[in-house]
Formats: sequence, structure tokens, C-alpha cells
Amino acid sequence: MTATTINQTHDLSQAQLQAAFYDLDEHDHPEGGSTMLGFWMYLMSDCLIFAMLFAAYGVLGGSLAAGPGPKDLFELPLVALNTAMLLFSSITYGFAMLAMEKGSKGATQIWLLVTAVFGIAFLSIELYEFYHLIHEGATPMRSGFLTAFFSLVGTHGLHVTFGLVWLFTLVVQVGRKGLIPANKRRLMCLSLFWHFLDVIWIGVFTFVYLMGML
Amino acid sequence: MGRLWLDALPQEPIVLATFVVVALGGVALVAALTYFKLWGYLWKEWFTSVDHKKIGIMYMVLGLVMFLRGFADAVMMRIQQSMAFNGNEGYLNAHHYDQIFTAHGVIMIFFVAMPFVTGLMNYIVPLQIGARDVSFPFLNNFSFWMTTAGAVLVMMSLFIGEFAQTGWLAYPPLSNLAYSPWVGVDYYIWSLQIAGVGTLLSGVNLIATIVKMRAPGMTMMRMPIFTWTSLCTNILIVAAFPVLTAVMTMLSVDRYLGFNFFSNDFGGSPMMYVNLIWIWGHPEVYILILPLFGVFSEVTATFCGKRLFGYSSMVYATLVITILSYLVWLHHFFTMGSGASVNSFFGITTMVISIPTGAKLFNWLFTMYRARIRYELPMMWTVAFMLTFTIGGMTGVLLAVPPADFVLHNSLFLIAHFHNVIIGGVLFGIFAAINYWWPKAFGFKLNQFWGKVSFWLWVPGFWVAFTPLYILGFMGVTRRMRVFDDPSIQIWFVIAAFGALMIAGGIGAMLVQFAVSIWKREELKDETGDPWHGRTLEWATSSPPPEYNFAFTPIVHDIDAWDDMKRCAVERPTSGYRPIHMPKGTGTGIILAGLSIALGFAMIWYIWWLAAVSFAGIIGYAIFHTFNYKRDYHIPVETVEATEAARTRQLAAAGA
Amino acid sequence: MAHADTHNAAAHPHPDAHAEDTMEHGGHGSLREYVVGFLLSVVLTAIPFWLVMSGAIPDPRTTALVIMAFAIVQIVVHMIYFLHMNTKSENGWTVMALIFTIVIVVIALSGSLWVMYHLNHNMMPMSHEMSSMG
Repeated sequence: MTATTINQTHDLSQAQLQAAFYDLDEHDHPEGGSTMLGFWMYLMSDCLIFAMLFAAYGVLGGSLAAGPGPKDLFELPLVALNTAMLLFSSITYGFAMLAMEKGSKGATQIWLLVTAVFGIAFLSIELYEFYHLIHEGATPMRSGFLTAFFSLVGTHGLHVTFGLVWLFTLVVQVGRKGLIPANKRRLMCLSLFWHFLDVIWIGVFTFVYLMGML
Repeated sequence: MGRLWLDALPQEPIVLATFVVVALGGVALVAALTYFKLWGYLWKEWFTSVDHKKIGIMYMVLGLVMFLRGFADAVMMRIQQSMAFNGNEGYLNAHHYDQIFTAHGVIMIFFVAMPFVTGLMNYIVPLQIGARDVSFPFLNNFSFWMTTAGAVLVMMSLFIGEFAQTGWLAYPPLSNLAYSPWVGVDYYIWSLQIAGVGTLLSGVNLIATIVKMRAPGMTMMRMPIFTWTSLCTNILIVAAFPVLTAVMTMLSVDRYLGFNFFSNDFGGSPMMYVNLIWIWGHPEVYILILPLFGVFSEVTATFCGKRLFGYSSMVYATLVITILSYLVWLHHFFTMGSGASVNSFFGITTMVISIPTGAKLFNWLFTMYRARIRYELPMMWTVAFMLTFTIGGMTGVLLAVPPADFVLHNSLFLIAHFHNVIIGGVLFGIFAAINYWWPKAFGFKLNQFWGKVSFWLWVPGFWVAFTPLYILGFMGVTRRMRVFDDPSIQIWFVIAAFGALMIAGGIGAMLVQFAVSIWKREELKDETGDPWHGRTLEWATSSPPPEYNFAFTPIVHDIDAWDDMKRCAVERPTSGYRPIHMPKGTGTGIILAGLSIALGFAMIWYIWWLAAVSFAGIIGYAIFHTFNYKRDYHIPVETVEATEAARTRQLAAAGA
Repeated sequence: MAHADTHNAAAHPHPDAHAEDTMEHGGHGSLREYVVGFLLSVVLTAIPFWLVMSGAIPDPRTTALVIMAFAIVQIVVHMIYFLHMNTKSENGWTVMALIFTIVIVVIALSGSLWVMYHLNHNMMPMSHEMSSMG
């Protein structure tokens, strides 16, 4: 405090001082006030895991070891379909959030399940692609390029898988407890997670698939 | 059972003897805990507690235990190097010696320095910002147990199988399956991965706590410096540890699945590992030192009895270091051959980082200038830090010059340099912090005599142990050597071993200091809660603080909020209490960490069924935990009244 | 200044309390927002796919720059319309965290590529490396 305020505090009674220096009328803090910020921090850290995988792909992407390269392997129509699945799942998750806002439990659950269907479709297509590549002999052990490719795309796929497990858990929890604040908070976290995976996928299809075909 | 078989048990006499001693000690400890019926107390009051103060203390205990282990490794290396001349092979074979220097580095960084730093932040930050707990109390408990789980795996490697023989960063191709075929590197990977989960989550937790839970009126520029440096450290943790996780995962898919990230054939690049891991590795050293810069700031201001000189420059210096620490990683591998342009860029950024650090030193010096300094133990450690760390910093700038680095890279000069900054900075800081905040945590001061014995053995001991390494480094002696050909350099290693002996005395004196202080705690008692005439809010509450920290949340009007309150002569309110909303303890953290140990162990030994079961267990139990919505309770107002009335009596008796 | 603060702080002990009570911070968009975001994303995805699949721009380097630009725009669109980023949520901490992360990601990515390019160039003159680089 500056000198003037110290002088002023001399005029204050002890009760006034206490009121100025202690929160005498404190109420319970609502739970989960930090959850969204904390979850965002986690997503930022996840972002760095992907950054490392992108860096590895950037470094090893040209190391074919005389094996097949992107142009021999990638099928863009399949990738486009996959991208569409993820994009659809993004907007249907958005609809789930809107339903949650309106407080309609059933609609929230239904939109979540629709999202899950698109998510599963995405994963199935990705698994089909992986199966196809491995069947052709383009395994992750074949070259530095394939190692980096499978790791990057596979890590994204694992995230989607984890998101689906979480999504089904939330469908059950919303069913049991309804749209209570705790569940809303969880739905919002999963929303961030799900849209975040979509953002990562933009990087994947641009840098890996599209630029690989150039 | 995968590749786990009887040959995994220790066969070397040294390890066998250690195993017997540790096993007997462990049995004795378990028996004592059972005999005194302490298990229930420990489980209920400590292991499952989500109280940030108890978790902080548990981190410190973990750090101390692992410190003794890491120091034992150091002494073994010093003894080996001082005798392995003139055809003498020493007493450690290569396989054992290589494990020791790897384990020493890994343990000291991940399981000593990190738990100490995290423990301090956990204990102090919520108190300094006037909060009742951290943002995510359960996660805090879980983080602690995951760190402990990593430490447990490292300790298991001592007796079941082996640890890595690769050096503390496990560079490939040496750490690839072809050159490290057995379990050592897998122990390394899994202990770091599991502990890394804990570190990352505690980073997220503390950032959220500092951002969201500050007392009313505490703007960013009124936060105590320790809280500021903690914030920056945790930002670094959140932005650096994922890199380690990613790199470790890449190394493990190389080892387990035959991927080609870092292989020599098929287009992998071992150099990429070195590049990526140092993107984590350099911020890591700032993760370790920044909170201690905060400690020195608090200690200097308190024991000089005045406000810290240059508060805002301290804050900005910390922020600049936070960013710059991401721009220097290549100086760890100048010699790998990046060429002139790359090397000079990273050389310059490295030198630039000494500017904000220098600014901090001047701030401490100017705080001390014409102050009435009280040379209590924390202040003594601070002065020792300033002298030691400055020299360490200067040898660091020397190494930042690429041509000089080509001469000194991987020599004992480098070893002397980083011990100079880590011991002189981090460890001295932790000792300052322990002496400073011990009375807050336990309600009595530490014994001064034994503290001074420890200090005077430690500080000269450090210089006796490490000056010879600087000299040997200039002579071109490289690190991690087991035997030497040139008998003329033996004398330096003998001197260094003597220094290690002095440090051992310092550690012993510190343990005696703890014991004596606990023994004579009535004489050393702190009734006021403010034994050093502190300036920040942790001193506004009793020692030790009640579970809820503050009966009424303080309102902050200035930097050094508690000093401000004392100057305005605010009396502590003694009525009008309310029930206080607190989080409930839970055993989930320790259960999940236990399952993680099982998972790590199973993966290390290729016991796939156990890996599958424990992984399913982790996921299942985590989901099960989310079905528990009732995680809080209220401390009844009668309890608060009783606690605070006792505090009023205590203060009256102390005449405060 | 400190005096004014005294009053402010006493009158509003919890500057953040309002943001915390309701969960409006950074929360949700409207139907319109989601639909606009979705349509923009579709367009911003379709064009780069079309550019690459049809080979509309003959020079691969130009194409690469163009699709990278589309990717960046689409990431921004997702941030605004799906993740509801704005400078106000959580008192700007989310945006600050995002900017910090972007800075670190850019440093780590560009730095790694730069360093590794030099290392490969200087240290690994192996034939298949050279050919794949060209």
C-alpha cells in the first residue's frame, strides 16, 4: 500500500479493516470452475504430441528405403470419404450440445449416438485402409516413411477410439443422472476433445495425404 | 511369464548384498508399521488424502528417499573412478557401472529434482494465493502416485533384471533392441512414461489453480514471485512433457514392434531422436530451476526484511526464460554436425538466455544492498547459490560457444558444469526451501547447529568434488569412463572422491538435523505461524495450517499481501465462521497407479496376459471412478470454530 | 490506486464468480454457428481435394502452398465455429494458451525440420537419402 492509504487505514475501525482484508461473506465455490480451462491445457499438451509426430513425418516422409511412396499407396477418394465422416460427426456433436443446452436429455443421447456412428465409420474406413496397406506389404516396419505415417494416423485413430469410449460412458451417465452440471461439464470437455481431433485431421489430410500426392 | 525367469534375480555379490539389506529393511518397516497399527492411519490420512499439503509432503519424502538412492550411485561411481588405474579394473564390471551412471542421472532428474520441485509447488502455491486446495484435488493425488509408480519401477530394476546401460537419455541406436536386447531400456521407458503422466497432470492442475483460484484482489502482478515461477514452470511442464511422451513412444514402438523411427536401416534416423528429446530436455532444466529462483526471491525478501528489488523485472525475466528455453535445444548436440548457420543460431540464443538470468541475480543483490540481512539457514543457502550458480552459469556460456563446445563436448567439464548449476541451483534451492518452509509444514523450526554443519560440509564439499572434473575436462577426459590408462590423472579423481565424502557428511548432517529437530520439537516450536516475519500469505495462517488453510479467504491489496496486512494491523477475525466446502479423499489414485505398475512390469517382461488385464483394469477402474459424483463434503462450522479458537489461544500464549 | 482497489475488492470479492456460476464461458454456439462452420468446412475441404485430384494447378509447389493456406483457414474456422474460441472466455487464458502452443509448435516443427535437414545434408550422404530428397 502506498503511504496515503496507510494513513487512511488509520481512520478505519478494526471491523472495516477486517472487511477490507478478509472475505467474511464467502459462499461455496461452484464445483468444476477450473475444469474447462484445465481440459484446454490438456488439449494443448496433446497438440504437442501430434506436433512431434508431424515433425517425425516431416523428417522421415522422404525416407522410403526403396519401398513404396505416398503416390503408390494413398487413395484420395477414400480419404475424402473419411474426412466427410469426421466432419459429419463434428456437426452432429454440435447438435448434441444444442440439445443439451435446451435441456432435452433424449435428444442429447440420440445425437451423441449419431456422432458415435460417424466416428465408428471413420475408424472402420481407417482400419480398412491400414489392412489394405499391410496386405500390400506396406507395413510400418517397411520404411521410415511408413513408420511415421502409421504412427501419426494411428495415434489420431487411437484418440478417436478413446473419444468413443468416453462418448458411450457419457451416454450412460446422462441416462442415469440426467443433464446435471457435472454431466454438462463432461459433455463440454468431450466436445472440445472431439472438435480438436477434427482440427488435427485437417493437418493430417493436408500434409500427409494431399501433399503426399503432389 | 514372458521373459521373466529366475535368471532375472541378482547374481552379482554387490547387488545381492544390497538386495538382502533392502529386503530386510523393507520387512522391518512393514513389520513396524503393522505392529504399531499404522496402516489404517497412513491409508486414511495420507495415501488417499487429496489435501495439497499432505501430497506436497509425500512428494518431498519421495524425493528424499530417491535422493539417497541416487547419491549412493554417485558415491559408487566416484569410488570406481578413483581406483581404476594402472590395470586395476575397480570393483564394478562394465555392465553394472553402465547401469549405475544411467540410473544416477534418471533418478536425480526424474525422481529427486522433479518430486522435490513438485512437492514444494504443491505445498506452497495454494497457501500463497490464499486458496483452500488445488483446482483438481483428486488429480493431484493421482499425479503423486503415478510419479511414485515410476520410481517403484526404477527401484524394481535394481533387483529384478537390469536397468538401462545407455546414459540417462537412452540415445539410439544403443537403446534399440539390437544393442540393448534385455529389459534395461524397457524399464527406463515405462518408468518415465508412467511418471510422465503424473508430471503432466500436476502441471495442468497447478496452472489451473494459479489462474483460477487466487484470492480476491490478487492480480497477476501481485502474485508472489514463487507463484509466478511456479506458473511458468508448469506451463513449461505442460508444453514439454508431451514431447518426452511422444519420443518415448516412438522408441518403444521401435523396440516392441520393429518400427523404423530411429533405426539405422530402412530410413530411420537416430539423429532425430537426439533432436526431439532435447526439445523436451532443455525446457526440463528450466522446469527444475525456475521454482527455485522463486524460492530464492522469497527467502531474500524475507531475510532482508524488505520488498524484493525489481518485482516486475523478475516477472518479465521469468517469462522471457520460459520462451527462450524452447530456442536453445541444439546446444546439447553442436557436435552432431548441423553446420555453421544452425550452430551459430543456437549458440547465440543460448548466450542470450543468460541475460534474464543475470537480471535476476542483480535483483537479489540489490535487494540485499543496504538491507539488514539475517543470516538464517535459508539465507545462507541462498548466498551459496548465488556464488555457485554464477560460476556454473559462466561455464555454461563457455559451452554455448560452438567451437569451444567441440573441445569440451561430453567431457568431464560438461559434467562439472551441469552439476554446478543443478546442485548449486536446484539442490541448494531445495535446501533453502526446506529450511524456510519446514516450520510452516510441521510447526517447529529446524535445528540450526546441524543445519550449519550440513551447509559447511555441502558447499565446500561440492567444490572439492567438482573442481577436479572441470580440470579433467580441460585435459580431455570424457564422461562415463570406467577405467583409465593415464595414471597421472588419478589424483584428481581421488580429490573428487574426497569431495563426495564431504557431501555424504553433509547429507548425513541434514538427516541428523531432521532427527534432532523432531526430537526437540517442543523447544523449536513456532506458535505464531510466522517465524521468519514473512511477507506472503502462507505465513498468515497457523503452522501447520488447518486442513482448510484459511478460515476466511484473505483479500489482497498489494504485493507481499501478508506484510501489507501486518502493516495495516488487521486483527484476525475470530467469529462469524461458516462451514467450509472441501474435497473428499479417495483411493482411486493409488489403485490406478498400482495397476500402472503392473502394466509397466508386464510390458517390460513381455507378460502379455498381465499387460492386457492391467490395461483393462486401468480403463475400467477410471470409468468406474467417473460414476462417483459425490466427491465433496463440508467441514462443520463447529470444527472450524474449535480449530480457530485453539489458534486464538496459541497466538495469545505466544504474545502475538 | 491501492485505495480504489480496496473498495473494488471489498465490493466484489470474487471477480471470477460470475463467470464460474453459469457455465457460459467459452461455452456453446447457436445452430446458425454450427451450420455456417460446417458449410465453410465442407467448402474448405472440397477445394484442396479437388485441386490435388484434378491437378488444376500444374505446379506442385504452388498447389502445396494453396492447400496449406486452405488448411490454415479451415483450422481457424473450426476454432471459431466449433471450439467457440474467443478472446473473452476464461479471461483470455484459453486464447493465450493457444497462442503459446502455436508458438511452441512452430518452433519445434520448423526447428526440427531445419536442424534435421542440415544434419542429413552434412552427416548422411547415403544414396537413397539423396535420391528421395530430390
